[in-house]
Amino acid sequence: MTTTAPSTRTRTGLKLTDVTLTFGDGDDQVTALDHVDLTVVPGELIAIVGPSGAGKSSLLAVAGGLARPTSGSVVVVDTDLIGLSSRALAAFRRDHLGFVFQSGNLVPALTALDQLRLVEKITGRRATTPPEELLRAVGMDQHAGRRPGRLSGGERQRVGIARALVASPSVLLVDEPTAALDRRRSHEIVEVLAFQTHEFSVATVMVTHDHDVLEHCDRVLEMIDGRLRPL
Amino acid sequence: MFLALRELAFARTRFGLMAAVIAMIAVLMVLLSGLSSGLVVDGVSGLMRSPIGAVAFSEGTKTDSAFTRSEVTRAQSDTWAAQGDVADAELLGTSIVNAKNGDGSPLDLTLFGVEPDGFVTPAAAQGREIAGPGEAVLSSSARDEGVALGDVITLSRLGTTLTVVGFTADQRTFGHVDVAFIPLTTWQEVHAGAMAGEQPSPEAYDVASVVALRGIDGRTPDLAAGDTAAHTSARTIKAAFDSSPGYAAELMTMQLIKAFLYAISALVVGAFFTLWTVQRTRELAVMRAMGASTRFLLTDGVLQAAILLVGALAVGMGVGLAFGGLLQGTGIPFALATGPILAGGALLLGLGLAGAAVATARIASIDPVTALGENR
Repeated sequence: MTTTAPSTRTRTGLKLTDVTLTFGDGDDQVTALDHVDLTVVPGELIAIVGPSGAGKSSLLAVAGGLARPTSGSVVVVDTDLIGLSSRALAAFRRDHLGFVFQSGNLVPALTALDQLRLVEKITGRRATTPPEELLRAVGMDQHAGRRPGRLSGGERQRVGIARALVASPSVLLVDEPTAALDRRRSHEIVEVLAFQTHEFSVATVMVTHDHDVLEHCDRVLEMIDGRLRPL
Repeated sequence: MFLALRELAFARTRFGLMAAVIAMIAVLMVLLSGLSSGLVVDGVSGLMRSPIGAVAFSEGTKTDSAFTRSEVTRAQSDTWAAQGDVADAELLGTSIVNAKNGDGSPLDLTLFGVEPDGFVTPAAAQGREIAGPGEAVLSSSARDEGVALGDVITLSRLGTTLTVVGFTADQRTFGHVDVAFIPLTTWQEVHAGAMAGEQPSPEAYDVASVVALRGIDGRTPDLAAGDTAAHTSARTIKAAFDSSPGYAAELMTMQLIKAFLYAISALVVGAFFTLWTVQRTRELAVMRAMGASTRFLLTDGVLQAAILLVGALAVGMGVGLAFGGLLQGTGIPFALATGPILAGGALLLGLGLAGAAVATARIASIDPVTALGENR
């Protein structure tokens, strides 16, 4: 199944071609991704929905260079991740990929502002958009000095989005951003994501169970048994 | 460093407890070092603080208690003195005796029979040097036993009397017993078992325990050549320390305790950082997913351990030194020596860092994919 972006886009943010990912062997073999094709262009927010175990997280892992597919190619800004060493993959993630995790997955010891500064330390370079400004962009500038323990779930997720944007990534991979949020906050978070995707011209892939927030997405795909199809 | 400092401040209770444990280990290290140094001073300061460079025992003398077993002659001493690289060679008598002070209080003394004008005879910081038979210059530490200038000490069994004419500037002990420097002739009479007022046979004035040697310009003379010529078994002064009563066994015991302490410290630090790293697995996986290199995370982890160790060791060693200062001068053999304490501190730091490095090395095996969804 091929799922492509609108033809008006020319530059490719993320392109998965015939990607298959299997675990185990023999009778125990599980196919997490089954000949998946996906293209996401800069400034596009796509959502991938599907039941648990359908392969959504596996897709994020492969697209983010966290797992190597059994076959196929994963191209991010003209670089095929398949041929890169682990070290080169880590460097590539630093420079081109942003992650937003469930519940933000923030470092407990760091304030909201330091969460963003940590990315500067990891990448070894200053952010194009200053961390303070990024926090302001997600409405968290008032809470810059707070640690995750003193932030609500929605606030943590906003910080997580700002953190993912520090390195000016080409591709943003978002893992269940509304998993622990109520309906109102879920909408707020995905609105922020959609806005930042367009503002920073990032190719964003969001995995979610939450059908309520799909209205903010440019495209919605469904994954079932490792296969991807338009919803 | 960015993350290390912030985590130290954030988890200050956990790190504080760990720092307290490391500090207590450092206190123990300082106290054990002080006890070791104290035992060295107590065991062999009579030799260590003398200008003797080497000691020649009678041929074939076993190491253990060699000072009391050995017996050499003046001829052997003269042969050593004739060696080209020997600046000084003279007879030295050593024996441990029981005695009583004038007021009847018992005293244990190590008698060092020395030539009154010889190179081994110490200067007296209080009183004067020995000048004739029956005079003694005692270790300064004997004053703590209540001995004073002018006291007359009577040796048990023989009844020989020694008049205290001086005290050395510092502690001079041998086998944990205060040294009394007495004229060689007096020592030879005691060694021969002559009762007070009796004269031993003339041969008694020809022997002593060892030949004390000093090389030209402080260098160690050719001991093998001297041994061949004089039919002796010579050892450097440091090697001769092992012949002090109980010295080797005591030091070995202390070293064993210290070795266990160092091993425990490495294990404790390693175990703490193992647990700490396990607790941080999720955030480490997130940082790895964000592209943090293993080197970045390892450096941060080891720096964190270094800050914790240096801070805790500094506090612990400070407390240990303060406590050790109180112990000095008491009856406990304790001496604060800079070298061993600094070396112990460096060893604790090194081993602690090694333990922490091994513990944090598991960072390299954390799979960044565990930062995602259902894999967490």
